[in-house]
Amino acid sequence: MSQEVMIKLVDIDKSYGEVQVLKGVNLEVMRGQTISIIGPSGSGKSTLLRCINKLEAINSGYIEIEGITVASANCPDHPMASAAQVKSALGKTGMVFQSFNLFPHMTVMQNLIEAPVHVKKIPKAQAIEIAKEKLAEVGLSDKADAYPSKLSGGQKQRVAIARALAMSPDVILFDEPTSALDPELIGEVLDVIKGLAEQHMTMMVVTHEMGFAKEVSDRVIFMDNCNIVADRPPQEFFSDPDHPRIKAFLDKMLTKHG
Amino acid sequence: MELFNYILTIMPMMLTGLVTTLHMYFWSAIFVIPLAIFFAFLKVSGPRPIRWILNVYTWAWRGTPLLLQLMVAIFGLPTIGINISNKFAVAAVVFCLNNTAYVTEIMRSAIESVDKGQYEACQVLGFSRVWTILRVIIPQSIRIALPPTCSMMINLIKDMALVNIISLMDLTRSAYIISNRDSTISPYVIAFIMFLLITSVLIKLFGVLEKRAMRYD
Amino acid sequence: MAAGFWDYIVESMPSILEGLVYSVKLFFLVGIITLPLSMLVAVAAARGPKWFKGIYKVYSWLFQGSPLMLQLYLAYYGLPFFDVILPVDFVVITVFVLCFTAYQSEIFRGGIISTDIGQYEACQVLGMTKVQTMLRVVIPQTVRKVLPSTCSQAIVLFKDTSLVATIGVGDLLRSARALVIRDLRIDAFVVVLVIYLIISSILVAIFNKMEKKYSIYV
Repeated sequence: MSQEVMIKLVDIDKSYGEVQVLKGVNLEVMRGQTISIIGPSGSGKSTLLRCINKLEAINSGYIEIEGITVASANCPDHPMASAAQVKSALGKTGMVFQSFNLFPHMTVMQNLIEAPVHVKKIPKAQAIEIAKEKLAEVGLSDKADAYPSKLSGGQKQRVAIARALAMSPDVILFDEPTSALDPELIGEVLDVIKGLAEQHMTMMVVTHEMGFAKEVSDRVIFMDNCNIVADRPPQEFFSDPDHPRIKAFLDKMLTKHG
Repeated sequence: MELFNYILTIMPMMLTGLVTTLHMYFWSAIFVIPLAIFFAFLKVSGPRPIRWILNVYTWAWRGTPLLLQLMVAIFGLPTIGINISNKFAVAAVVFCLNNTAYVTEIMRSAIESVDKGQYEACQVLGFSRVWTILRVIIPQSIRIALPPTCSMMINLIKDMALVNIISLMDLTRSAYIISNRDSTISPYVIAFIMFLLITSVLIKLFGVLEKRAMRYD
Repeated sequence: MAAGFWDYIVESMPSILEGLVYSVKLFFLVGIITLPLSMLVAVAAARGPKWFKGIYKVYSWLFQGSPLMLQLYLAYYGLPFFDVILPVDFVVITVFVLCFTAYQSEIFRGGIISTDIGQYEACQVLGMTKVQTMLRVVIPQTVRKVLPSTCSQAIVLFKDTSLVATIGVGDLLRSARALVIRDLRIDAFVVVLVIYLIISSILVAIFNKMEKKYSIYV
């Protein structure tokens, strides 16, 4: 696998008022990697993800996507790229939310072509072709004309993944994609993500699914207390938890989830 | 200064008008809620003919303008031999019945929105249907219905401006007469401000009431 | 009913119909201006600059806190004192639009600010601009969400058009009142009551259909 750096975070600080959420976080994501981010709630996992695509502003440090500095604070050596460059770099990221955030007033097909047509200015007919392809990929070809309210949680999340894919992103950020789902629906969503991993889509997945992290990801990142505590291949991470906090966390997760 | 003096001289008449308006509001409002609860109760659990009559009542009173209802009562009824000399009372009855029609529908839909489980729980406990509705359903639905009912009661004070067409000396009519007599706009401005103040006070009052009623949530 | 009801009705129908046409025209004109205007005001009140929010608050307090009839009187009888002579219809339409925009923009504003933050985030990560987000996602959802209250406002508007009778404009109600007072017969009132009932029932039926159609996505 190539070792091209896709996303680079350097010395990221983030706080909400008095509450520190990220403290001096450094991370590099290589093209084609699937990274699972795990850790106790409140450890800053989601915030880390949301800083990358600028849903949250950082307080210090800088972030690069494919070499373009998209966010920079207190880093005179690394100024932000031009607005147009930032926009184009952010356009290469897609995101899947915990709460799906599908547009309820649009059909599945309309959800999928909305951004390609109105943001990327792709001709509608072509956007529909792409959307059909992506829907087939997540196994929902028959739901193109359904409204989101008529879908199960698992189907909604698969549509949300297809919506992200329709923008042909270079990297997809998953913010706890299965946390809002009933247990029996989690599998179908994880299978889709697994399929993407097999195609070497670059992905960062914040998750509580230890099985997924172990089986699918190339790297497991463990976050605690505003920072990355471990960043290792899954086999090492799970077989030899070298940090007492990781051990405690894994024990808890494993007892909770059998 | 001249304007101030002028306002002082017309104030007594304006205030008399205001008292008439508030008086009318009181008599129009006081029976609305008990009547509406009673009607709503009958609408969900009364005998069929009564339900039918109440449906026609809420449909007809909500489907026509209040001003027309007032005119029919004041100018229309005498032409068919129904002559009630107390116009104040006639108007109060019209306002009351009009507002009650709206609040009845609010109450009815509140009653219907109470969770089905409540009825099932009552059935399991062996309550009669009437007992269930009186003791369990209505107390819950009053709280659901409270916010829209409050806004209906605030609307009612604004409806009081319509009283002027029946030549009772209410606030709006006083303004109209003084304005015509003295060729000035100030009485209307005063009436406007008085209405603003009353609605603002009512909004505050009903706001407090709603908060108190909702404090268990 | 008095003898000769039908003959009398046929005879007085032209003037009642004339009034009906005026009421319906007023209803549509005010409605057509109020809806887009309210949406603009609501977007500015929800997302606009602070000074606009301040003005909006005062505006909405003035027009929601006072009776529409008094607003009509103030404009109709008041403007001439400032030597402002405008066509009656213009004054009437302006007052109605200002008053109903106050209510409707508050309804729209409520819908806009209750839109889930996730919707904005989804638009942002898809690269949509703020204007696209408003026009294609937030406003369409708001319109559907507030459809029921908008429909009841429309019915209120239709009934409130009758208020113009009090300043001597020839709407449905004024025609009827003139007939009742002239002929001392109640028949014209009965006809007008029936007309109002029919029209508001039709409006209710149309709106119920619309609500059903647009509720499928929730």
